[in-house]
Amino acid sequence: MILTPETLQEFDREIAKYPAGEQRSAVMACLALAQRELGWLSPETIEFVANYLGMAPIAAWEVASFYNMYDLAPVGRHKITVCTNLPCALSGGVHAAEYLKKKLGIGFDETTPDGKFTLKEGECMGACGDAPVLLHNNHRMCSFMTKERIDQLLAELEKQ
Amino acid sequence: MSAHALILAGLDGDRTWRLQDYVARGGYAALKKIVAEKTPPDAIIAELKASGLRGRGGAGFPTGLKWSFMPRAFPGDKYLACNSDEGEPGTFKDRDILRYNPHAVIEGMIIGAWAMGCTRGYNYIHGEIFEIYRRFEEALAEARAAGLLGRNILGSDFSFELFAHHGYGAYICGEETALLESIEGKKGQPRFKPPFPASFGIYGKPTTINNTETFASVPFILGMGGEAFLNLGKPNNGGTKIFSISGHVNRPGNYELNLGTPFAELLELAGGIRGGRKLKAVIPGGSSSPVLPANIIMDCTLDYDAISKAGSMLGSGAVIVMDESTCMVKALERLSYFYHEESCGQCTPCREGTGWLYRVVHRIEHGLGRPGDVDLLKSVAGNIMGRTICALGDAAAMPVQGFVKHFGDEFAYHIEHKQCLVPRGVQDAGSQIYVSPSC
Repeated sequence: MILTPETLQEFDREIAKYPAGEQRSAVMACLALAQRELGWLSPETIEFVANYLGMAPIAAWEVASFYNMYDLAPVGRHKITVCTNLPCALSGGVHAAEYLKKKLGIGFDETTPDGKFTLKEGECMGACGDAPVLLHNNHRMCSFMTKERIDQLLAELEKQ
Repeated sequence: MSAHALILAGLDGDRTWRLQDYVARGGYAALKKIVAEKTPPDAIIAELKASGLRGRGGAGFPTGLKWSFMPRAFPGDKYLACNSDEGEPGTFKDRDILRYNPHAVIEGMIIGAWAMGCTRGYNYIHGEIFEIYRRFEEALAEARAAGLLGRNILGSDFSFELFAHHGYGAYICGEETALLESIEGKKGQPRFKPPFPASFGIYGKPTTINNTETFASVPFILGMGGEAFLNLGKPNNGGTKIFSISGHVNRPGNYELNLGTPFAELLELAGGIRGGRKLKAVIPGGSSSPVLPANIIMDCTLDYDAISKAGSMLGSGAVIVMDESTCMVKALERLSYFYHEESCGQCTPCREGTGWLYRVVHRIEHGLGRPGDVDLLKSVAGNIMGRTICALGDAAAMPVQGFVKHFGDEFAYHIEHKQCLVPRGVQDAGSQIYVSPSC
């Protein structure tokens, strides 16, 4: 067993959303839950999810590699994804990204040597009015990320 | 907010989204009336047709007509899907609808299920807004506990199950057939049409897909009557519409206005251009709609027909504002990168063409443009248009055509002089797109 019983309970809750025999529909949710627990999706994890849902591992792999919030390689404890698309860029999205690069001493798709932070460039998150916008570990959206607010966020995450 | 705001009326805080708040605002009254009076589906569809409601996700297809496409006598499950996979750059209205008024979407979907005989529904929610997805699940639980969802709704023999499906980062899943594939647990590659979803949708069953704002409008239409809703807007452009305004304005955000409101009024509501600079251009309906220069957009009203006549699209109502400090080549470069990144790879013209467009705009932007590059852009864009299974190909081509048509001089200047027409100092003081000198 590579996942906790609590996570598997959440798998079952997701599967119950779909008609009997269509449990494959829960693959996106189950991959996300597995990633939340383990930090990233290894081939073994993807195969475990596929077997749980009774689908071919390659079909689960296709899903994991298609959607860009799945991590197919280890990332830092805190993954920060910054939107640099045009509406955000017009309101400082690129500046926020550059500031993060400087503060963390890494570029996009890199992880700090202590394994704490990974930085990613993101596409539209559907929150352009809150620009600059960034996402922490896929699930927490941070709005209006000026330099001061980035400093606050990093200080908070450093302590965790 | 306009005096006629419906969906977002008075909702600028996080404390008014629960069932009891929605009911206090008159919510679920339309559904209760329908169930009590056993309103025939045809009457509901007729009301929607009278309202002039058009799809709020971008295509602007008449909702009543779409609902009438569902087969009546189909044995077995029929499905309803809500498209909350809002990822078109510039668009951020569905997030606020789900955040502040999730029950309006739920009620609209239940009414849709009644009118079309659907037994199951899914709301597909954009991956990046996880907190909103969680809130929607809570709202669903409230509705179930109150007997508004599930088996025997409000004690009738009408049953409808509704669930939330969380996306995980793919722009293409906002395309309705890619969304269906994604709900089935596959990668989101669009399906060839026909067959259309009304005959072959989720798990091959008849399915109707509408945008979040479209569903949220339904209870209000049935509450006030189709004609009253239509009269808020103008003929063929009924009702209110939420405009998401972003970019170089003082107060970016969502503004719900009557369709047909002058663009100038929206710009004023959003506090005008930042730093007192001049308006240069506006992308009026999400990043895939062709850009319009200031002199054209300032004379436009915000409705499907007027924006279409001006050579663009109202789309999702996402208004991206750029002031005079913006380099249009740089702006297009970022959008072209996005479409290249998000092409699902299924159709050759889009998979190869979006990369080609990006590479050419990139080299122009970086001082390596060649004579003939503008014609090349037109040619590649023209060869993508209409040659792909879904609209992402067109969505990538249209911005290129719009930028080159209206701002061709900036592209020519870049190619000839290896630098921006907009002086560097002007850009530094304003547009914010650049950080380090790159042209």
